[in-house]
Amino acid sequence: MTDLTSLTLAEARDGLARKSFTSLELTDAHLAAMERARVLNAYVLETPEQARAMARQADERIAKGEGGPLNGLPLGVKDLFATEGTRTTACSRILGDFRPPYESTVTSQLFTRDGAVMLGKLNNDEFAMGSSNETSCYGPVVNPWRRQGSDVKLVPGGSSGGSASAVAAGLCLGATATDTGGSIRQPAAFTGTVGLKPTYGRCSRWGTVAFASSLDQAGPIARTVRDAAILLRSMAGHDPKDTTSVDRDVPDYEVAVGRSVKGMKIGLPREYRLDGMPAEIEKLWSQGADWLKAAGAELVEVSLPHTKYALPAYYIVAPAEASSNLARYDGVRYGARADGRNIVEMYENTRAKGFGAEVRRRIMIGTYVLSAGYYDAYYLRAQKVRTLIKKDFEDCYAAGVDAILTPATPSAAFGIGEKTASDPIEMYLNDIFTVTANMAGLPGIAVPAGRDAQGLPLGLQLIGRPFDEEAVISLGEVIEQAAGRFTPEVWW
Amino acid sequence: MSVDAATVRRIAHLARIAVDDAEVPHLQDELNAILAFVEQLQEVNVDGVEPMTSVTPMAMKMRSDVVNDGEIADRIVANAPVTHDHFFLVPKVVE
Repeated sequence: MTDLTSLTLAEARDGLARKSFTSLELTDAHLAAMERARVLNAYVLETPEQARAMARQADERIAKGEGGPLNGLPLGVKDLFATEGTRTTACSRILGDFRPPYESTVTSQLFTRDGAVMLGKLNNDEFAMGSSNETSCYGPVVNPWRRQGSDVKLVPGGSSGGSASAVAAGLCLGATATDTGGSIRQPAAFTGTVGLKPTYGRCSRWGTVAFASSLDQAGPIARTVRDAAILLRSMAGHDPKDTTSVDRDVPDYEVAVGRSVKGMKIGLPREYRLDGMPAEIEKLWSQGADWLKAAGAELVEVSLPHTKYALPAYYIVAPAEASSNLARYDGVRYGARADGRNIVEMYENTRAKGFGAEVRRRIMIGTYVLSAGYYDAYYLRAQKVRTLIKKDFEDCYAAGVDAILTPATPSAAFGIGEKTASDPIEMYLNDIFTVTANMAGLPGIAVPAGRDAQGLPLGLQLIGRPFDEEAVISLGEVIEQAAGRFTPEVWW
Repeated sequence: MSVDAATVRRIAHLARIAVDDAEVPHLQDELNAILAFVEQLQEVNVDGVEPMTSVTPMAMKMRSDVVNDGEIADRIVANAPVTHDHFFLVPKVVE
């Protein structure tokens, strides 16, 4: 029997249907792989007993000819999704040993409704604030990829670093992730996996630990575009418990895989051609354009004039919303408490001890930009700039462009500790190509498209029209077919 | 715009985060680096531009004003650090 952990989600689904193996065998293979790969620190909590119980139930359903679309398929869950009775921490000390008495909508659809098997909780940057998974209170995640001839440990990107690392290393068939400024797509690009951030409102945010509510969106990280499409169908959908979730039918995204892209108009935004862009990123980008052209798409140069303001506007809007969302962590209703002589001191000590440095920094920036006298100069202005950023895309799409092709990241994965020096901006620049889609609420996919000179995977990004995830799936698959799959060599 | 040490302490207090005096210079530098970075937004002409309040235009849905949940006090206090008879306990607030 082939190694069950090297199957794609679609192959595993078909194998279960053919009864080539059982869900329990599939699950055990993944649990064993997780045990061998603990050096990657991708999982912050393994739930093997629960996983086996879920797998047995899935096998019983198969025996009866029942089961949802993900029946018996083992998945990992970013620790940002509340899982009933199973520790959920957002990888922050402040949540302590929090065991939610409820289940997030996304995970309940995956597991309760559609029959998937949960393997455990995946590492992420604390409260999803980071681009390298180095801010987690459980320590950094290691990228399964290494530079040729080097054993330097690299970051998997972030904030969904555990999800990306686990998917790349075969420690789950797919994983849930969330994306506020690039947290699905950047780690996907760093690990040779596929990351799909849906349109804002496509997936319910209910039960997902909130970072910046107007930007946060759940989505899958998977090994192929098809797998991402399969997972998205199960994650998406209207939820009365999230007023920003959109009441709109969920299409069968898998149908978009392999659909012709002939005649589609693809924009290449000139503002993404940064000064000093590495030649290999430039080359990757034009290679991607050539592949789409060869598949019958029409490539046009477009302009998104406010692109350069997306990241600075993001670093006002996101911390502002975060400072408000994270006000709930006060050591009273849940999580860890640090004592104080009075209630204010108790709050201050709890939050000083419970939050890591990056989270404290962002809460303080958010508090400052929302404080009396600064609101108009910062927050209001940033929200106006956001309107302009969204309008750039709307103008482009109104002119007949179906999707926009860009690099996913300005570089390949970097070493652990390489960018955590004094200037936080250097780390923030990782999201320069991805953050625009969050600001405008648009769907985006990162697909592995090549390697850098040191053998590390590089990704391309496609940004689509609102609720046209299907277009970026079809186009992403064209790139995937041309570029091939990217699998790291096992060294762990 | 940039912040001085007193402002750093004021923001920390507003955010209810205890800050040691020794941490202030470092925090001040980091906050000023971020504020310098976002300063470029000042060059954008935003005259007559509406601030974004909702990324996807949609009407807020209402639900019926009925009780549809409750009687779960045990579960609500289950994760609290200190409780007594379904109450959250905090340090004395009123002398």
